[in-house]
Amino acid sequence: MKDKLDYLSAYPPEPSSLIPLLQRTQERFGYLPREALEEIANYLGIPLSRVYGVATFYAQFRFEPLGKYVVKICHGTACHVNGAVNISQAITEELGIEEGGTTEDGLVTLERVACLGCCSLAPVIMINDKVFGKLTPDKVRKLMRKLREGKLDV
Amino acid sequence: MSEIKAIAVGMNSCGIAAGARETYAAIKAELEKRGLDVKLKIVGCVGMCYREPLMDIITDEEIITYGHVDPKKVPRIIEEHVINGKPVEGWIVKRDWWENGERKTWDVDGYFAKQRKIVLENSGYIDPENIDEYIAVGGYEALKKALKMKPEEIIDVIMKSGLRGRGGAGFPTGLKWKFAREAKGDVKYIVCNADEGDPGAFMDRNVLEGDPHRVIEGMIIGAYAIGATKGFIYVRAEYPLAIRRLKIALKQARERGFLGENILGSGFSFDIVIKEGAGAFVCGEETALIASIEGKRGMPRPRPPYPAQKGLWGKPTNINNVETWANVPWIIKHGPEAYASIGTEKSKGTKVFALSGKIKHGGNVEVPMGMTLREILYEIGGGTKTGKKIKAVQLGGPSGGCIPEHLFDTPVDYESVNATGAIMGSGGMVVMDEDTCMVDVAKFFLDFTVKESCGKCTFCRLGTKRMWEILDKFTRGEATEEDLEKLERLAYQVKAGSLCGLGQTAPNPVLTTIRYFRDEYLAHIQGKCPAKVCKPLIKYVIIADRCTGCTACAIFCPVKAIEGEKLKPHVINQEECIKCGTCYEVCRFNAIEIVDAGGE
Repeated sequence: MKDKLDYLSAYPPEPSSLIPLLQRTQERFGYLPREALEEIANYLGIPLSRVYGVATFYAQFRFEPLGKYVVKICHGTACHVNGAVNISQAITEELGIEEGGTTEDGLVTLERVACLGCCSLAPVIMINDKVFGKLTPDKVRKLMRKLREGKLDV
Repeated sequence: MSEIKAIAVGMNSCGIAAGARETYAAIKAELEKRGLDVKLKIVGCVGMCYREPLMDIITDEEIITYGHVDPKKVPRIIEEHVINGKPVEGWIVKRDWWENGERKTWDVDGYFAKQRKIVLENSGYIDPENIDEYIAVGGYEALKKALKMKPEEIIDVIMKSGLRGRGGAGFPTGLKWKFAREAKGDVKYIVCNADEGDPGAFMDRNVLEGDPHRVIEGMIIGAYAIGATKGFIYVRAEYPLAIRRLKIALKQARERGFLGENILGSGFSFDIVIKEGAGAFVCGEETALIASIEGKRGMPRPRPPYPAQKGLWGKPTNINNVETWANVPWIIKHGPEAYASIGTEKSKGTKVFALSGKIKHGGNVEVPMGMTLREILYEIGGGTKTGKKIKAVQLGGPSGGCIPEHLFDTPVDYESVNATGAIMGSGGMVVMDEDTCMVDVAKFFLDFTVKESCGKCTFCRLGTKRMWEILDKFTRGEATEEDLEKLERLAYQVKAGSLCGLGQTAPNPVLTTIRYFRDEYLAHIQGKCPAKVCKPLIKYVIIADRCTGCTACAIFCPVKAIEGEKLKPHVINQEECIKCGTCYEVCRFNAIEIVDAGGE
């Protein structure tokens, strides 16, 4: 594990480096493996419990690998009043997983986000880095089917 | 017609989401195909998010903007406008020209007619990734002017301007700077709070993406006035484009000597570091933000001591929001009197709002303080996109409240908005029409605060959860009048028993909806949702007279709950129906209606 964390020395070994290091680590692995957290704790000279405490506090960090595709369902206010609940229902049914879950085949992870900031396109979802707006339950069902069949360019 | 200087595409996150990248690529390809040597560039968002993607044709005299430019529209615009010099009239959404050096704007919706731009003056007009474009419109002139002033003079100017914190609370900025200036400490810090986490707010993102140098210039001036040597921009990780453009801007500012050692030969040294937030709404609160920068869990602590005395690593620290910093260069350049001449007696200058929800013209608007909600929502926002009546507007996100239609003549200034029970907040304005259930909205916001409570104070951690559960009973039609009383009582207890702004304001959406839409709460007690939103209280039915038997609903129904023969009226099997609304949406004959679950 240690050799995979070759970027450690680029950060000053002080507590304020903790969050940037967790972000960098998640960028590298897609999640935060326990061994990496141990290495970071050692490097910064702080207890593992503290590292874990910080990592679990922030919504950005995850402790399990992500699916190949990440579908973010926006639950911002604008999306909510424009029917995000129905969008979310259609997606969870189509994929057979709840928000926060990953399909068994590791293809899709479903996330719930507070606001993607594309409020004028509400309701919106984001698949990897691509935004899909002005959605209806039917449109997202089709999107999810295409995603499963690998026919969606994202 | 004069020569075309450049073609620009609005490429903020909103534009990109609407397809601006594809438009940009199509323009590039078309220019190459026709061998045209015209400069193509990106600009930020001019605020007209609802007409994106936007394409500007820029000459020395004017800018002509086309709206909803998908790649298919590009060849005709290039052919007729760029080559033949004849603008495609029907597609034009905006024109800008200059009179006596002042920019004038006309647009097809009357969207800009009543706006007054200070913070957004460059957004959508300059390339945010090119410092020369910022300098060409007078950028960094305020810094040069400020460096010739005494720090106390600058603080005096900001105090006289009447600028108040745009993050929501509205504390006088000059006074805040004065406290930080006067605090004793060998090292001082300043922070730009760009942790814009309220759902429905996207003002700060637009400023950072569209005109990042403006924020940086404001921070350098503030640092000089306070005597800070290091600055932090705490920005949400969910804003990758804003982070990217800030990094570019900081690098360029350093190269030009605006940042770093001995800035412009003044002897003053200052630099800025970007800190990416990791997704915690509470970090918008200043003591939580400080904890987060220090690498801790973002939990607030009691004040005093205020950050001006003991902030980052125990040193005097001044924190202002993005929009506050973005006002600073304009005030220094034009003087405090010019700024104070805009707005109301106690709220000076302008405010940027993010219009969204059921509004027709959704986007960023900047208006003088004191404009009424009605003017903003109807004259600028154009009313609802459905043509239905606006029922309420939500201001201030999860800390704010819902203001009903009969109070739309309220002027937007800090005191007047507070008097309604809402707060000015950072500027999210979410419009709701008669299809929005106010109980559902209150539950939605509480759901947000339940998840975002840091857990430190019992009333915030548990009280909001219990409030949510009561609201959930309402949306299931199981609540009683006693529950309504309990909900109100608990709301005041949460307000009183919480340390920071998050908990103190979390009950606002509930309290304002109870205050102004009590009848909706009472209807839910009767088992009815007037807006037909709460699923346990509604059902979908097919009106046989209107049903043509086209079978569309039956085909699209995900649970096969619709039966019927072709060309004969269909029927929804209520036992099977999951109330997803797909049939309602695919029916082209208006044959599906949403009715009370208990009714016939």
